[in-house]
Amino acid sequence: MVTGMAKKPDLLPGTLDMLILKTLTRTPLHGYGIALSIKRFSDDVLTVEEGSLYPALQRLLLQGWVKAEWKMTETNRRARFYTLTAAGRRQLGIEASQFEQMIAAIGRVMSDTQEA
Amino acid sequence: MNPIARFVKKVSILFGGGRFANELDEEMTFHRAQVEEELIVGGMMPEAARYAAMRQFGNATKLREQSHEVVSLRGETVVQDLRFALRQWTKNPGFALTAILILAMGTGVSVAIFGFVDAALLQQLPYASPERLMSVNESNRESPRWPLSFPDYLDWQRLNKSFSSLDVYSGSGYLLRTPSGAVPVQGERVSGGFFQTLSVRPMLGRDFYPGEDRPGGPNVVILSYGAWLHRFGTRGDLVGQTVDLDNEAYTIIGVLPRAFSFAPSGNAEFWVPLNKFSPHEKMRTFYNFWGIGRLRDGVTAQAAGSEVATIAKQLQQQYAITGRARSASVVPLSEIITGDVRPILLGLLGGAGLLLLIACVNVASLVLVRSESRRREIAVRGALGASPARLVRQFVTEGLLLALTGSLASVVVGSGLMKLLAHLVPKDMAANMPFLEGVGLNAHTGAFAAALALIASLLVATTPALRLSFQKVRDGLADGDRGAASRFWRRLGANLVVVELAIAVVLLAGAGLLGQSLYRLLHVPLGFDPNHLATVKVMAPDSVYKDDEQTVGLYREIVHRISILPGVESAGISSMLPVQCNCNTDAIQIQGRPFQNEHNEVDERHISPEYLPTLNATLVRGRFFTGADDGSRPGVAVINQVLARTFFPTEDPVGQRIADDEGGRPSVWEIVGVVDDVREGPLDVDTPPAEYFPISQTRGHYFSLVVRTRQEAGALLPVLVGTLHQIDPDLGVSDEATMSDQIEATQAALLHRSSAWLVGGFATMALVLGVVGLYGVIAYSVSQRTREIGVRMALGAQRSSVYKLVMRQAGWLTGTGLAIGLVCSVGASLLIRNLLFGVQAWDAVTLCCVALLLGLASMAASFLPARRAASVNPTDALRAE
Repeated sequence: MVTGMAKKPDLLPGTLDMLILKTLTRTPLHGYGIALSIKRFSDDVLTVEEGSLYPALQRLLLQGWVKAEWKMTETNRRARFYTLTAAGRRQLGIEASQFEQMIAAIGRVMSDTQEA
Repeated sequence: MNPIARFVKKVSILFGGGRFANELDEEMTFHRAQVEEELIVGGMMPEAARYAAMRQFGNATKLREQSHEVVSLRGETVVQDLRFALRQWTKNPGFALTAILILAMGTGVSVAIFGFVDAALLQQLPYASPERLMSVNESNRESPRWPLSFPDYLDWQRLNKSFSSLDVYSGSGYLLRTPSGAVPVQGERVSGGFFQTLSVRPMLGRDFYPGEDRPGGPNVVILSYGAWLHRFGTRGDLVGQTVDLDNEAYTIIGVLPRAFSFAPSGNAEFWVPLNKFSPHEKMRTFYNFWGIGRLRDGVTAQAAGSEVATIAKQLQQQYAITGRARSASVVPLSEIITGDVRPILLGLLGGAGLLLLIACVNVASLVLVRSESRRREIAVRGALGASPARLVRQFVTEGLLLALTGSLASVVVGSGLMKLLAHLVPKDMAANMPFLEGVGLNAHTGAFAAALALIASLLVATTPALRLSFQKVRDGLADGDRGAASRFWRRLGANLVVVELAIAVVLLAGAGLLGQSLYRLLHVPLGFDPNHLATVKVMAPDSVYKDDEQTVGLYREIVHRISILPGVESAGISSMLPVQCNCNTDAIQIQGRPFQNEHNEVDERHISPEYLPTLNATLVRGRFFTGADDGSRPGVAVINQVLARTFFPTEDPVGQRIADDEGGRPSVWEIVGVVDDVREGPLDVDTPPAEYFPISQTRGHYFSLVVRTRQEAGALLPVLVGTLHQIDPDLGVSDEATMSDQIEATQAALLHRSSAWLVGGFATMALVLGVVGLYGVIAYSVSQRTREIGVRMALGAQRSSVYKLVMRQAGWLTGTGLAIGLVCSVGASLLIRNLLFGVQAWDAVTLCCVALLLGLASMAASFLPARRAASVNPTDALRAE
């Protein structure tokens, strides 16, 4: 299997969908915008293999969590903009709380190990 | 979104033409263009920026595929795969065609044979609750199934508690008067409840009334559907009409349904109640009636058997019947009907199964070789982003398509074969195998074919998939197909070929043994010369030939008139033709010897003086009969060698006297001659003792005429029939045939011939497939080792040593296959030993011949690739790739 370029830490598996949903809560964005936004907000720590956004976006579309429409960008080029739907917002809530629980749990385990 | 909405969306994407793909491409292109621009703004050279953008984006093809997978229906990729598979076929039609043909043949043969097995052994008899129908008969130590005498039947019926009904049947012949003269027809005399026991109701008219089967009952007859159809043109008003059987009027009271058949009665057309008895049929020691019974609920066949066995013993004591100890046999009726063909069918099914196995192995290795040659393609597709699952699915789809097409073709082949084989069964035999009607495509054979298709699909589909998962994509790309990966296939392919060769050996050995059995069977000493003999059966109506003088006059007239026909050397009469049946037996005593109740059973034939000389039988001692041995003289007999050896091991039999009950009268016969054994019974049974009496001293209205001709006997048959009708138009004349045809048509010859031919056919296919498989493996191995061979030769290896290299591999495979096959074939032959005649399962000659044949074929098959290897030009080989 050919694997991606892994210079930086990989995303935690399963978090890409959540990140996309979260990014879209601020404003509708096209794929490139989403990738850029994730990169900026994470201070360049989280880089997705940019292409892998697209299968994920198709998945979200199919689930009905995002909507897509073709619009013009500021530079006057046609791009597909993704908007969060109500269902997507609900899903984001679920995923975020699950994620927080997991992070908290991991944190507890890690801190415990250090004290011992 | 709920699953249904998701499905609708997927479908709309599927049918949205290329819109989804186009939009996705546009989106991705836009993305890359943005990155590129940004990099250029950041000061990168346009060219470098483009590559960087592409790198940053990742594998577009793969991502596109992944995106597709998200929205695709499961079926969509299947359709793609199917289309791809079909393209593969058109690119390489030879492979697909070969594989489909092999599968179709292998599966088709199995389905066809299974059709027969199903009809004969699995499907139930066409009666209500057939599992409760039993064949109920006497038995003794020598004969496991022996008919009942009528008085015994009545007592069994009265005393038993196991059967709700017990009936008997007895075959008989009649002369049917038709506008064009008398025609001999087959009839069956049955007790009154016969059809009720079978739970068969006439289609037209009625069943017998109670009491119609008592002595003195009316002349009534029920017709078979066939008789109604062929003799009376399906007349609706037939019931109530009369027919003339043996010059007596019988009232037609019913017509049996079309589906009715009763195998033991063959094609019997006229069913009459048992209400007339000859004098000896009233005797307790005249065994002429076969019984069937319907078990009461909850009674097992065993329980019923032991009950009637007790009754049989009681009756033997009560009536002080001498001879062998009586017992009873109660076996399912189905066993009687299909018992003979069971070992053959099972043997054939085994053979077909082996052939199927070979076919599957062959196709699997074909597919393997093919997948091997597509390693590069797979590697490239993998590198371009096809996931392993996707690749495996592609191969599975291709395999399934192959297997399904092959299976469909096999259904066609199978149903064709079934028709052909059922058609090849001679009519006379088919009449006793009503289950042949049930042979064909039905739920059972369909399910069987489906099951085979499933197995074949699994095999063909999983082999290359297994092969794929063992292999790293990078290996495939990296080098030109040598190294570790191909060893896997080489080993698997070689093992498969060993299996194929071993199976081929088993089938070849089986075919060899069956062929030898057939040869031995057809060459058993007959004791006479069957060539240039014409035969015909004659039935003289009782009403015309009432007294002995008339009957004897008829014999003389027939022999005289036939003998003077041009082309005829001599003619004789016998009560029964040779090589048919060890029936019509007699229990004898030797006069002047103490008699201790032993049962001395011998074949009994009534013959005219010319009969044995016409057969060219050899006189050993004494004399044959003459015209003077007639009813006015004391009884005389000619015996065969077996009888002479059995009863007169030390004395001269000529002059001794045999005593028996002839037609209910104690009689004495003086032995006047000993004839070398004439085979009276079937070919595959040892000749029992036999006695011949002059027909003019015994008389009988049913006999066969045997004529020795100068030319081909068949040409004389119409003349014989014509002459007999000239002598008396009321004579029933039937079954005209040459003696050779009669022998060929006997059950023993047919069964052995059919099994030998069928297994021979299987073996031929197996041999071809096995040898082709071997060729494939060796040729493949040589093509893989071309470079190695080139190096060897460049380093000074002789051509002969290259030959040796290749042939050693072939020899090893063949040797292993042969060794395994020979061991297995002894085991397999033991399983079919019931079908063997005059040859042992471990017959060394057969096994050696098989080994030699397969060895030679294998060597020939591997010689071609060996020669190709030896003619490799080292420079070319090294430069290749």
